[in-house]
Amino acid sequence: MGRLSVDLCGITLDNPVIPASGTFGYGYEFAELYDINVLGTFSFKGTTKDPRFGNPTPRIAECSAGMINAVGLQNPGVEKVISEELPKLKKCFDKKVMANVSGFAVEDYAYTCAMLDKEEQVGWLEVNVSCPNVHGGGMSFGTNPEAAAEVTAAVKKVTTKPVIIKLSPNVTDIVSIAKACEAAGADGISLINTLLGMRIDLKTKRPVIANKMGGFSGSAIFPVAVRMVYQVANAVNIPVVGMGGVSSAEDVIELMLAGATAVEVGAANLVDPYACRDIINDLPRVMDKYGINNLSDIIGGVK
Amino acid sequence: MRDSIFTITENIALTKTVYRMKLKGDVSDITSSGQFVNIKLDGFYLRRPISVCDCENGILTLIYKVVGKGTEKMSQMPEGTELSILTGLGNGYNTAVSGESPVLIGGGVGVPPLYMLAKRLIAEGKNVTVILGFNTKEEIFCEDDFKALGAKVLVATADGSYGVKGFVTDALKDVDYTYFYTCGPEPMLKALYKATTTSGQFSFEERMGCGFGACMGCSCKTITGYKRICKDGPVLEKEEILWAD
Repeated sequence: MGRLSVDLCGITLDNPVIPASGTFGYGYEFAELYDINVLGTFSFKGTTKDPRFGNPTPRIAECSAGMINAVGLQNPGVEKVISEELPKLKKCFDKKVMANVSGFAVEDYAYTCAMLDKEEQVGWLEVNVSCPNVHGGGMSFGTNPEAAAEVTAAVKKVTTKPVIIKLSPNVTDIVSIAKACEAAGADGISLINTLLGMRIDLKTKRPVIANKMGGFSGSAIFPVAVRMVYQVANAVNIPVVGMGGVSSAEDVIELMLAGATAVEVGAANLVDPYACRDIINDLPRVMDKYGINNLSDIIGGVK
Repeated sequence: MRDSIFTITENIALTKTVYRMKLKGDVSDITSSGQFVNIKLDGFYLRRPISVCDCENGILTLIYKVVGKGTEKMSQMPEGTELSILTGLGNGYNTAVSGESPVLIGGGVGVPPLYMLAKRLIAEGKNVTVILGFNTKEEIFCEDDFKALGAKVLVATADGSYGVKGFVTDALKDVDYTYFYTCGPEPMLKALYKATTTSGQFSFEERMGCGFGACMGCSCKTITGYKRICKDGPVLEKEEILWAD
């Protein structure tokens, strides 16, 4: 165990840095730039039972210190992910990967998770009950404790690997949802997904994004992430994976102090493709600066 | 793809809204005309994707239009400013299929990537005609640059203040060509899709997140499947295009 390593649901990560789903594809685009085995792991592109094109374009809007996306879960569907994407991923990544799953019905989540659970390289299943981009989609599961628990229980029933439920911040009481997932058998919680946002073009007087609304991410949302990770980590007894606007080694340490066992990095990858590698390289320096010997010692260490 | 630091060596106005920026840096990842670069600007979250106008001897030339706050900031940058730029993005134009007499058709700020393309085609011994479309005489740029390369240049202005009165499709009527390459606003691309009689390549624009294929922000549907404008494009072949409406 090195000084950066942490244990996430029984699997050791060399470091707690995890590129977040939807910002890292299936890894191989980034493997052209650097050896992605330096990562703790990564969460691959959100996968659904059936193939999806997603939303019409424009799908992207810029904001101060962030961006809005309404990609709409574009992916080739779980069968092709397994037959085409995972073999390519395996060639550039030796570690366990986090499989990110979305769905539009409880049965879809269970089906997709059961398929991915059989894949040797999949270490964790990260179940997205919070994507705000799809009409009548994931949103309804993640904003209601009973529905989130129902998805959790259905997935746990058909899988053997750790199940991490990824929560939406677009709720009034994040703690009640996290507790409901824990009670239904979740092995971990990850948060926060994007905040629902919208921009309007003054020239055209229309929404910038074709879907009108989308998920707001980037460094602007970091304080919301710190607050929600803190609230959830203090309410549950399972590991919390923190994310939301992380773009530096300092941010990683701050989220871990708030209660995160590991930290996902999202939008920063899109602006700087080397963001995760650079954060990992910078962690020892920042740890030294703040007198931290081992990262695992500081989880939830805020006084 | 490469992330490196470039230094501005020139940044001048060509028209009221169009600027030419020259930058010194590592251009080794720019392999084809029609590729683009993605520029980080202080104070802006996302990078600005700009097509490559020319690249030679370690000098990258960009011609860009001021359309918002980011490009406005670019237009004010003095020589010596350092910028973080991702280079070598996108597929670019394929010159191998052009035949003897290709025509290059650019509209407005879609003109710049055709410059490096014309240069390459002429170097390959092709007989190149260039059609440049603008709204009015005051907006014209690059006409002399294409002439200096040895291309035959036709200019069309919508208001008739210079050259052929009308659109690039009007100028195209009198041109014999073996293949075409185009870049410009979508209405122009759609008109050319109908008006052209040969195969050709279209360069598309879309709002991008990353610019290197990771975020799926700029996906489109084509006859050969879903494509990312940033990674599988921006150049698509005529035969694979599916117009959104």
